[in-house]
Amino acid sequence: MPTPTPQPERENYLNKHYGVWSWLLTTDHKRIALLYLVSITFFFFIGGFFALLIRLELLTPAGDLVQADTYNKLFTMHGMVMVFFFLIPSIPAVLGNFLVPLMIGAKDLAFPRINLLSWYLYIIGGAMMLHCMLTGGVDTGWTFYAPFATNFTNTKIVEAALAIFVAGFSSILTGLNFVVTIHRMRAPGMTWSRLPLFIWAHYATSIIQLLGTPVIAVTIVLVAAERALHLGIFDPKLGGDPLLFQHLFWFYSHPAVYIMILPAMGVVTEIIACFSRKRIFGYSFVAFSSIAIAVFGFLVWAHHMFVAGMSVYAALVFSLLSYAVAIPSAIKVFNWTATLYKGSIHYDAPMLYAFGFLGLFTIGGLTGLFLAALGIDVHVTDTYFVVAHFHYIMVGGAVMGYLGGMHFWWPKISGKLYPEGWARLAALIVFIGFNLTFFPQFLLGYMGMPRRYYDYSHMPEFQVLNVLSTAGATVLGVGYLLPMLYFLWSMRYGKPAPDNPWNAAGLEWKTSSPPTTFNFEVEPLVTWEAYNYEDLDASH
Amino acid sequence: MLSNFPLWPEQASTTAGHVDALYVFLLIVTGMMTLLIFICLVYFAARFRSRPGVRAEQIEGSTPLEITWSLIPFLIFMVIFAWGAVVYFKERTPPADATEVYVVAKQWMWKLEHAEGQREINELHVPVGRDVKLIMTSQDVIHSFYIPAFRIKQDVLPGRYTVEWFRATKPGTYHLFCAEYCGTQHSGMVGDIVVMAPAQYEAWMNGGSTGPLSATGEKIFAELGCSTCHRGDTQGRGPNLQGVFGKPVQLEDGRTVTADENYVRECILDPGAKRVKGFQPIMPTFQGLVSEEQVNALVAYIKSISADKGEAKTSASTAAPGVQKSAEPNGSQVQ
Repeated sequence: MPTPTPQPERENYLNKHYGVWSWLLTTDHKRIALLYLVSITFFFFIGGFFALLIRLELLTPAGDLVQADTYNKLFTMHGMVMVFFFLIPSIPAVLGNFLVPLMIGAKDLAFPRINLLSWYLYIIGGAMMLHCMLTGGVDTGWTFYAPFATNFTNTKIVEAALAIFVAGFSSILTGLNFVVTIHRMRAPGMTWSRLPLFIWAHYATSIIQLLGTPVIAVTIVLVAAERALHLGIFDPKLGGDPLLFQHLFWFYSHPAVYIMILPAMGVVTEIIACFSRKRIFGYSFVAFSSIAIAVFGFLVWAHHMFVAGMSVYAALVFSLLSYAVAIPSAIKVFNWTATLYKGSIHYDAPMLYAFGFLGLFTIGGLTGLFLAALGIDVHVTDTYFVVAHFHYIMVGGAVMGYLGGMHFWWPKISGKLYPEGWARLAALIVFIGFNLTFFPQFLLGYMGMPRRYYDYSHMPEFQVLNVLSTAGATVLGVGYLLPMLYFLWSMRYGKPAPDNPWNAAGLEWKTSSPPTTFNFEVEPLVTWEAYNYEDLDASH
Repeated sequence: MLSNFPLWPEQASTTAGHVDALYVFLLIVTGMMTLLIFICLVYFAARFRSRPGVRAEQIEGSTPLEITWSLIPFLIFMVIFAWGAVVYFKERTPPADATEVYVVAKQWMWKLEHAEGQREINELHVPVGRDVKLIMTSQDVIHSFYIPAFRIKQDVLPGRYTVEWFRATKPGTYHLFCAEYCGTQHSGMVGDIVVMAPAQYEAWMNGGSTGPLSATGEKIFAELGCSTCHRGDTQGRGPNLQGVFGKPVQLEDGRTVTADENYVRECILDPGAKRVKGFQPIMPTFQGLVSEEQVNALVAYIKSISADKGEAKTSASTAAPGVQKSAEPNGSQVQ
């Protein structure tokens, strides 16, 4: 890629103010994005550490590394930390926060102070979760199933529930801010059909955050009420219904998967367009498929409950709807693939992550077809097949997208270039490590290994595949550490980045790297369509 | 090591073949889709890699293509859906004449009681080639009764019955797992399903039985005084229970329900909830007074007095003398 000569250090959002308070009291969406970046990275490595311990325990069939209760807490805290404190905020709160105003030509989000508030809520929730973990933790699984969570376990349910409750409001406020910003703050000429698809993806995500998150908040309050006040809601002993809990929980937690994957789809769309030098194939289909996913995503929750004791007819309806939600995802994959056709494809690190995303998301999505098939789901639900499937989506998909986006926009965020060779190596290591970790789990699952088993000495035949998986996790761990190290390194030693190192389309590349506090010197006037790579390449 | 490295679970029930057939079909279909996408990706990535002087060719999109690659997957998905639904329907519909086994789950063990009276813990002996229906409930949290070799799984809930069934096709010993996370020793809540040839099974059945479950139920029925009101004629203060099971029941509030296992269970534990039309709300609740095992026995008894002649062999007339009503040592305290 052509690299114009970098400019000398100018005033930007990073060097305009110094000192702790200039960060803690900032209302600049870019600085808040960095606050989120540091916080979610912290939680990512905590969650990753738990995962590593889980994999080490499963290296041998017997339960020998930790106690059974410790193991149960490890997978619970791994799930809670990764879902609520890493994946859900990851792309929206970091890249979305940084890029939504830049991409639409705005000075900031619509409610800058609410944006800061959302970070503080996240931090309060995170601190509560840390306190909960340090003083004993929770052993219910991240799913909190009643009546185990409400009346049987003696771990710190209420505290963990409140932590997630508070963090949930952070998510709601981010969603609210994005919806209002995208509606009201677009620069002149930035019509809906000219929006980058990253924005469409975040718009769809925000709708889910706004409509879905209150339901988990209510559910959590009900769990706490049953546990603390013995109100009969979910426990049949008190006159409650345990299936009611599962319906409420999944009504949020299934759409929550789309909170994680839709933004990653947005990132990948931008990367594929840039590194094939093409307008995205089927722009409006990709845009509306995001909205379709957000809408249909609310109608499939009970596919987590096919063996839970639900009516056969309800199961049929939810199976059918689950296939409906698969269509817009398929449309996206086909359009991305078609975008490559007759492109001029570059293999920089962000594109390698995007290729990784395509491969892993395809496998994750297609194995979803197995789980939506009622007859097969009965056999594989609650086994490692499910574990593998959702990791292919949430780690293979969402984290690949997140890392790809971090590389793509790192020059804009930090004003520095990351070391390309190392970045390509890390992408390769992550891809290999990921597949080695999770592919064996599909096989384990179909063989019948249940999830959340601390000890499998009753079935030692599962060991070989578990050893492979643990080996893969080690490789994956290295792959995740590398980017953190070279990003940190580049902040000090990296080459200064030009304003548009990729010669990419999009308003964010038309301002300086890093941008100034209010993003643009002059409010941009948009007269071109999105992904105008033809014009960009013609001018070179 | 490789000799002990299976990659496919054993097939030991009639259901297993159905599930595997669909699974193989899906492997082929999704395998082809994956291959199609990967070949396109790799081919495009190589063929259209950037070369000096060659510009990308801009293509806006194509509605016919979009419709094609939405409709074709949709049609394939509908085939998978329908096939999956048929398999599921069979899995969830127990044959009428299945042998019944009552299952009580608790942290962290499986307690099983055959209709014929045999009790087992973490082990279930069944004959090959006969339909077996499990009527399951939990004493505490949600568990899940999972037999991978049979490809069946069903959550076991407190406060109600759930049902699953199978017909074993191959003698052998198979894993039984609890598949719903249930606390500290979740991974210890495992056991064995022992499938036996009919003759061996008969021999096993003849040892150690305490008499049919329905006979135990009849004894409890008398001891608890149920028979005072639920008399065998029309004079009782409660409904006559002869012939009731499996039939529709008119309720006081106008609804009609089928008198299945869950209904009988609910009537014992919460008699006011679905009161039969024409009777006063005078029955006390037996919640806390009877164990899950005793409820199971009562249900088995009420079933037996509704059974037609062919099945009546398990009814009270054949009850062995000296029936013991006590449950096993650590089982019977009620929630």
